[in-house]
Amino acid sequence: MKVMKLPKSNREEFILTLEEFGEVHIPKAKGKESFIFDRMQAPEEIAWDYLRTIAPPKKYLTPPRESLLQYNASNGYQEVEAEYDDRIILFGLHPCDIQSIQILDQVFNGEYNDTYYFKRRKDLKIIGLSCIPDEKCFCRSMGTDFVESGYDLFLSELHDSYLVAIGTGLGDEIVKKTSDLLRTASDSDRQEYLEIRNRRREQFDVELDTSDLPYILDLEKESDVWDDIGAQCLVCGSCSMVCPTCYCFNIYDQQDLDGESGERLREWDSCLFKNYTRVAGGETFRDTRADRVKNRYLHKQRHFVEQYGRPSCVGCGRCIDACPAGINVVEVFQRLRGVA
Amino acid sequence: MQSSFIYEFASRSRDDNPYMPHMARIVRRVPMVEDNHLFLVRFDDPAVGDTFDYKPGQFMEISVIGTGESPISLSSTPTRKGLLEFCVRRMGRNTNALYRLQDNDVIGIRGPYGNGFPVKQMEGSNLLLIAGGLGMAPLRSLLNYALDKRQNYERIILMYGAKYPEDILFRDELESLESRNDIDCMLTVEQAYDLPDSKPWHGKIGMVTNLLKDVKDLDVKNTYAVACGPPIFYKFVIQALLDQDFPKDKILMSLERRMECGIGKCGHCGIGYKYTCIDGPVFTYWDAINLPEMID
Repeated sequence: MKVMKLPKSNREEFILTLEEFGEVHIPKAKGKESFIFDRMQAPEEIAWDYLRTIAPPKKYLTPPRESLLQYNASNGYQEVEAEYDDRIILFGLHPCDIQSIQILDQVFNGEYNDTYYFKRRKDLKIIGLSCIPDEKCFCRSMGTDFVESGYDLFLSELHDSYLVAIGTGLGDEIVKKTSDLLRTASDSDRQEYLEIRNRRREQFDVELDTSDLPYILDLEKESDVWDDIGAQCLVCGSCSMVCPTCYCFNIYDQQDLDGESGERLREWDSCLFKNYTRVAGGETFRDTRADRVKNRYLHKQRHFVEQYGRPSCVGCGRCIDACPAGINVVEVFQRLRGVA
Repeated sequence: MQSSFIYEFASRSRDDNPYMPHMARIVRRVPMVEDNHLFLVRFDDPAVGDTFDYKPGQFMEISVIGTGESPISLSSTPTRKGLLEFCVRRMGRNTNALYRLQDNDVIGIRGPYGNGFPVKQMEGSNLLLIAGGLGMAPLRSLLNYALDKRQNYERIILMYGAKYPEDILFRDELESLESRNDIDCMLTVEQAYDLPDSKPWHGKIGMVTNLLKDVKDLDVKNTYAVACGPPIFYKFVIQALLDQDFPKDKILMSLERRMECGIGKCGHCGIGYKYTCIDGPVFTYWDAINLPEMID
């Protein structure tokens, strides 16, 4: 892989050039300590040191609510034209979020290809950005603290510059276009990268042993921990909404006021809601909160592993941030392991 | 790593949209029992209908324009080309809307989805079909399939239990099988009253599991037991089958879950790491042991 160097003094000009390749979206501050991904108005808005946004990047691929079909009484169902056709350059994704998109790619592909997802996916270009973890980050434990693929460019921060890894042909085009802003990476830059990288590895406060977690979860299926968490959990679904890999959705029809036409929509859903499993006869299959909380954790760390060969948690820490009841996913697993 | 496949799907045509229903028409509707009608349906586009194929045990998503979509199992058999048959209970908003439609009205259908019954794998074995209540709807597809390919299967036994005689789906059709000697058709009800305007009941009274005792000389090791019914039904039927030493991987169940998308994406029908819509709705009891939520 080709690696270049971007001096920090050139970074804003570099970002401005990206606009020639698509609509640039960036992490920006929202309030005092929160961040969101949003369209860039000016490069000064970029929160270079942000750690996690409120909503994950999945909103670009499977929006909170999207129209699947339009219908009317005489013509039946028609496909909805895409809301936007422009290429989006999503700048500033950390490794965990890049991995989350790779997970969603797996889910929405498969025997049935979700055309809505991939219509957006092919127009989403990704420029990654390195980060320094805080006390809620456990990506190192999930093996998602680094990415080898899934980006067009990846910027790793050094003291006065960024190493720029080129992942795709588009990344290469961007590098060509910005060649007067970039420098060749030297031996001392690579040395600097290694130092920072090694220091970063040591900066994780949280450590979760995931080696045989699926097996532990099987053994502890009837553990009291689930009842405790069930009693604590408000089943508000916040953790699902902010989770970069929670993909469940409802499909429903919304009738227009003319009584003739309407839309078939899909909307984010959460397995924590009681109606999630409800069938026509009124029966639900996970009646207690404990059942539903357990199902969510098991799905992330056990069922998904069986289905796709990896857990669907990327350790971004958003659910810890968002939980109004103060439930911490890492602590839940540590309790089940008997180490907390 | 996974970035290259994306572009292959970039130029899919609208026909490939897995959420797009095909337009179809209700040709006729046969009331069977109260709030349980059989809808006979054909595709509007004959080209779609000609190439459409399915397996017994599969289901489709039925759209009523302006209301929504519901997963409904196919009650017809692919061995009889022509109309698709859906046995629909009037239950929720969408099925209520379906009941308000008239003959020749348009609906949307997409599918077929699910694994269906392993009809090839079951060849050369005995088939013991056990239905409870509305569970007859998907089993009727398998029953007629097996009868149409009679030489492929050994003994065929149907046990069907309903609450009252008036609740028996496909009653006339099934009673007409009682005289055939290449199938044991056993019907039972929990209770029967001689209502003035209903057909008198001369059959058995009792639980469907009681019928198992009436089967003589069945080689259980070479038998697929296929059960379909409400959740409580499985508890009793499976226990009865295990008591008789049926192999766990030859006890099959067709399960009901909230199959919203039908294509393994929306998550609602998940049982452990399986999706009812893709990996099911037909599961073996062996699956159920490993996926505890399945029947308890």
